[in-house]
Parts: sequence; C-alpha cells; structure tokens
Amino acid sequence: MDLNYSQDESAFRDEVRGWLKANLPQDLRDKIANYEELSRDDLLRWHRILAKKGWVAPAWPKEWGGTDWNVVQRYIFEEECGFAGTPPLIPFGLSMCGPVLLRFGTPEQKKRFLPQIYNGEVFWCQGYSEPGSGSDLASLKMKAERQGDHYLCNGQKIWTTLGHYADWIFCLVRTDSSLAKRQEGISFLLIDMKTPGITVRPLILMDGGHEVNEVFFENVKVPVENLIYEEGKGWTVAKYLLGHERMNTGRIGASKRELAKLKDFAAKQAGDDGRPLTEDPRFRDKLTRVEVELMALEITNLRFLDQMRRSGQPPGADVSMLKIKGTEIQQALTELSMQAVGPLAQPFKAVANDPDFDRFTAGLAPRYCNFRKTSIYAGSNEIQRNIISKMTLGL
Amino acid sequence: MNFDYNEEQQLLADSVRRFLAKDYGFEARKKIVSSEDGWSAEVWAQLAEMGLTGLPFSPDFGGFGGGAVDLMGVMEAAGDALLVEPYLPTVMAGQFVARAGSDAQKKAMLPLVVEGKLKLAFAHTEKGARYNLSRVSASAKSSGAGWEITGEKAVVLGAAAAGRLVVSANTGKGMSLFLVDAKDAKLKSYVTLDEMRAADVVLKGAKGELLGTEGGALALVEEVVDFATALLCAEAVGAMKFTCDTTLEYLKTRKQFGVTIGTFQALQHRMVDMYVSYEQAKSMACLACSKVDSPADAKDRARAVSAAKIKVADNARHISQEAIQLHGGMGMTEEMKVSHSFRRLTMIAQQFGDAEHHLARFARLS
Repeated sequence: MDLNYSQDESAFRDEVRGWLKANLPQDLRDKIANYEELSRDDLLRWHRILAKKGWVAPAWPKEWGGTDWNVVQRYIFEEECGFAGTPPLIPFGLSMCGPVLLRFGTPEQKKRFLPQIYNGEVFWCQGYSEPGSGSDLASLKMKAERQGDHYLCNGQKIWTTLGHYADWIFCLVRTDSSLAKRQEGISFLLIDMKTPGITVRPLILMDGGHEVNEVFFENVKVPVENLIYEEGKGWTVAKYLLGHERMNTGRIGASKRELAKLKDFAAKQAGDDGRPLTEDPRFRDKLTRVEVELMALEITNLRFLDQMRRSGQPPGADVSMLKIKGTEIQQALTELSMQAVGPLAQPFKAVANDPDFDRFTAGLAPRYCNFRKTSIYAGSNEIQRNIISKMTLGL
Repeated sequence: MNFDYNEEQQLLADSVRRFLAKDYGFEARKKIVSSEDGWSAEVWAQLAEMGLTGLPFSPDFGGFGGGAVDLMGVMEAAGDALLVEPYLPTVMAGQFVARAGSDAQKKAMLPLVVEGKLKLAFAHTEKGARYNLSRVSASAKSSGAGWEITGEKAVVLGAAAAGRLVVSANTGKGMSLFLVDAKDAKLKSYVTLDEMRAADVVLKGAKGELLGTEGGALALVEEVVDFATALLCAEAVGAMKFTCDTTLEYLKTRKQFGVTIGTFQALQHRMVDMYVSYEQAKSMACLACSKVDSPADAKDRARAVSAAKIKVADNARHISQEAIQLHGGMGMTEEMKVSHSFRRLTMIAQQFGDAEHHLARFARLS
C-alpha cells in the first residue's frame, strides 16, 4: 500500500500545475476567485487555450485529439484545474455529445461535429429534463414526428444549462408513443438552436444568476441525418452517457481550493469574543469535520481509480458515492463561508453604483443559495442512492 | 499509488480470516467471553502460531518487522470477528520495548512476546486525565538499582492477562516509562461494555525497571498511541464492514407487509449511507496506517491519525446506530451479533480519544 503518487505521476502533476499557472489568464483567475459569472467568451476562451495545448479532451481517442492519458492522469489533470481555479470546461460538448458521437455517430456525423466540439467553435447544451420529467426521465414527452427527410419537433425542455449561450442542443425526444415500454420510443437528436420555432426563456435562480433556461420547440424541423444511432434507441445512448461519467465527480480539487480560501478568510473574521473565528471551537470543529470528510473523499476517489486502473472496468456505481459526498462537501463549504461573515452575509447588491460595496462578502450568501443545486442536478443525490442500492447492494 | 495489500499481507489476512471464521464464530466467542479469564489460551496460541504476535517486531527477536499497514488486514479481521483476546494491548505495549528498550530488555522480552508466551499491557490513563496523554500523577522514586512506582491507572486493557505492564510515572525529570511485573500490581478487574477484560491498576511502591531514558517520555507515548490508534481504526473498519453486511443481509430476508423490508426506499437510502460511511472510514484507516509507518514528521503523523480517528469515531456511531434501527427490536437483543458489534464500535469511538478530542488536537496541529 502506497498512498503517494508515483514519481511519474508527481512529475505529471507538476507539469500540469506549472502549465496552468503560466497559462490561466489573470482576468479569468480573478473572476473565478471572486465568484463572478462567466460569459460565453470567458468559457470559450479557456476552452480554446486548452484545445491549442491539446488537453481539452483527454478521454477522446488519440485520432480525434485525445491525450492517451490513463485514468489517474486524467484525474490529476481535472483536479489540478479545479485546484488552480480555471473556468469549467462545459461538459455538454466535450464529455457528453462527443463521447456519444464517438460511440454511436456515423463517420459523417463524427467528421462534421467532433472537430467543432474539440476546437470550441460551437457551444452545446443538453435537452433532457422536461417539466414533467425530472428524475423520472423516461417519462419525457417532447415529440419528434418523422416527416420525410426531417423530424417535426414539438415540446419543452427545462433546466437547460447555458442554453442561452448554445449553438446546438442534443435532445432526448419521443419518436413513438405507442409502445408499452416507454424507454423504447425515445430517440437522440442533435438540433441547431437557430432553427425556426425554438424559443429560449431564462429561469433566474434565487441567487439572481442566469444559468438555466426553458427551451420551447414549436414545429421545429430537424433533418433526419441529425438522428444519432437508431430511431427508438435513444435510451441506450442516454444510458451509455451515464456510464461515461467523468473522473472528477467529487470535485476534490475545487473543494480543496475553497477550503483553503475559507480557512484564510475565516482567520481574518472576528468571533464574538474578538479572537479569530478559527479559534472559536464551535466554528473550528465544523470546519475540521468538512476538512476530514474531504480528505476521506480524496482517498476514496484514489482507491476507486486504483481499482479501475487494475481492472480496466468503468467506475460504475462508485461514481454515485463520489457525487453524494462531493456535493455534500461543496454545500458545507459554501454554508460555512456564509456563516463565517456573520451579519455581513446579508448585503446582496448595491442599490446605486457604490465602488466601496464589498462584492466578495456579498457573494457568499448567494453562493450558498446557488450550491443547493448540486445535490439536485446530474441525478439528484436520492437517485444516486437508488443507483448504489440497486447496483452495489442488490436491493 | 497503490491501495492493495501485497501478497504476504493478503495471504496473512486471509489465513486469519479463515481461522476466525472456523474457530471464532459467534457461539465460540460467546463461550470465551463468559469464561473466567475472558480470553482463550488456545486462540492466543493459534494467533502466535500464525505469526501475529511477531508481526510488528524485529526479525532480530524472531519477528517479521512489519508496520501498521502489514497489520491492517489482521486488524480488520479481528474487528469483523469481534476478537476479545488482548492482541492490541500486547502489540502496543511491546512497541514501547521495541522502540525504547535497552538491548537487554529487548532480548529478555521480545522473543517471548513473539512466541506468544508473554502478554503485555500499557498502563497510562488515570482517572481525571480524560484523553490528555500528558496528565500523569503516578510517581516513581529511585530505589537502589531500580525504581518504586506509586499511583493508580484506569481501564488498563488486557492487564489481567499480561505478564508485565508498561507504566508511565513522573520522576524529578518528568514523565518516564517503567516495566512493572503484573504480580507486583494490585488489579481491580472488570469486563468492558465490549466484552474485553480491563482493570484499574493500583501500584504502591511497586518495583519498576526504567524503560528508555528518564523524563521526556511524552513524545514516545504519543508516537505509540498514534500507532495503536491507526490499528484501532483498521479494527473499526472490520467491525463496520461486518455491521453493514449483516444489516444488508437482514434487509434482504426480513419480511413485513408481505415483502422484504429492503424493498422500502426509506431503508435502502439509509443502508447506502452506511456503506458510504464505511468506505470513507476505510480510506482514513489507510491514511492513518500509512502515515504511522512513514510520516514526514511527528506532526504529519499526528494530524493524519487524528483526522482518521475523527472520521472513524463519527462513522462508527453512524453505522452502529443505523444497524440497530434497521434491525428493529431484534437488533436490541444479545442474541444477535450486531448488538455486540454495536457495543464494540461504541467503545472504539471513545478509545484513544473521541471525535471531539481529536478535533481539538487536529486544530492545534494545523
């Protein structure tokens, strides 16, 4: 048993860390540090910097630009990005549509879409959830009727993250509603967001931020060549994606950075007795418990990676555990950050343009609000428990 | 990076598991627990035969020179079987001899320990000291070539079975360690909640032999207690695994409302959380055992062990409480092994410092 990275792995980590330090633009670094909203340009700029370096899609096959890294290297890369505080790589193209095309796409579809995704020329979003179909995804209703060389699409998607930035959307649609087994009438379609009949309506979250949207489809014509795999086999495609989860589900690098930041600024806050808040045993113990939980999660994650590397098997239900614990930690950190500033958590935004308004402190409570989403999205933590219960425990 | 046991470690853990599965079932254990001594000489002889008593001692004395990681699989197996024999007390007290003893002391004692002929116990904690390792009021005064030790030690695990005790006491130069023959101490023995044997030890001018240098023993005490705490974490992981597995089995067999209760989502999710707790605790036991074997420095070691003990204490409580709840009334009864693993996990949570103690220690070391 050896919990340390090998020499090669450490050297790789140092290489990634050094490169990120030298190549992450200062303005992006500052925006992330201050919890500011990132623009479409910000996201794509970072995407293109990585694409130029050849590191934007490590898991893809070499011929399409992949890096040939093993699972441990991929994990190190993703965690180092989190730790450095880079903008996120939006997963919809690189980690979702891309892998689907690689697995199920025709040669023409691959040639058409993969390079655009790799180079950050198009911005993708995901059309899965509908108002009546959240955790119960297979109940989805958006209709796609085959009419000659196109599908006529009608319906609504919801929680479409960054749909307002997107050029394309991949959707699960119902191509046959007559089947008893509802999973069987579902298909996977790629849709150009500029097609007539598509309306994007923002859903503003309780922190005031615009991340998610509703997307309405009214008689939208989608060429048949945009169907992925076979008609009625969309559920197979969706399930494949579920098994294609990324290695950084636990977001350990990002949480380490947030923890260090929290310790740093909590030490500068005065507790009720005037001494640093970090010396207040009640606050300190809550902080330590989160730190220990994060240490445990990091080792758990490495244990799973080590198993994967040996067995060559995909991670399976273990990823669900990383999601549950990772999001609990992220939420605890945002909650403690908000609590650390006490009454000063209340200011939200300045009424007039006040240059003295402390935007960092005012961002802590909204961030706490925003992070409640993490235990809901990408398969709620209850769905993750269902997965472990069924797959690992056999209940 | 590698989380597997090596071949030797795996083989040893497997053979210990096989032995305990065969000869240390719940019924066999029940007999041992209710016997006069509360431990089994036959089982002890088997443990020695398998090399367990020699595992963490130098080959110079017949041992195998193993560290905490080498002991992990064994401790997990012991936790699974709820082993009551005084293995950890002997290994722990033996570490003081191995790490600080003179050549003569090592030669006189360690081969006997390795062969299973000598058991040891560490008599340190005193009433009123709680978990503070530096609070010792027992005293030692020089007497001819040796020392006379006076004081009272509390909850000395394995004391009645031990031939010799490692006792902490103050001299004019501070905390020091002494070897005391068990027959020179007065023992007030009892059974612990988790069915082990322990004693309060009364020393009234008992003859002591200095172990290590006089004064300044605290650093060594912390080092060895950290070593033992890492092993205890591994033992806890074994007990947690048993507790989770047996609860899962119960959910799959117990029927109510015409179906197995494991079909109820309210129970499924709690069961999942127990397994997550177990995995997180296991990760921390790996960390603690690795760090006590090769720490960067004493602080690095202490931080890792405290972090592990926080997690193990919290998760031991979580898993054991949930296991009883999911077993319903049956879990409350002595007839079910799960009520015994509950008792063991409850005591482990408080042994060598509870979560609150280690939270404070972790913060001091940050």
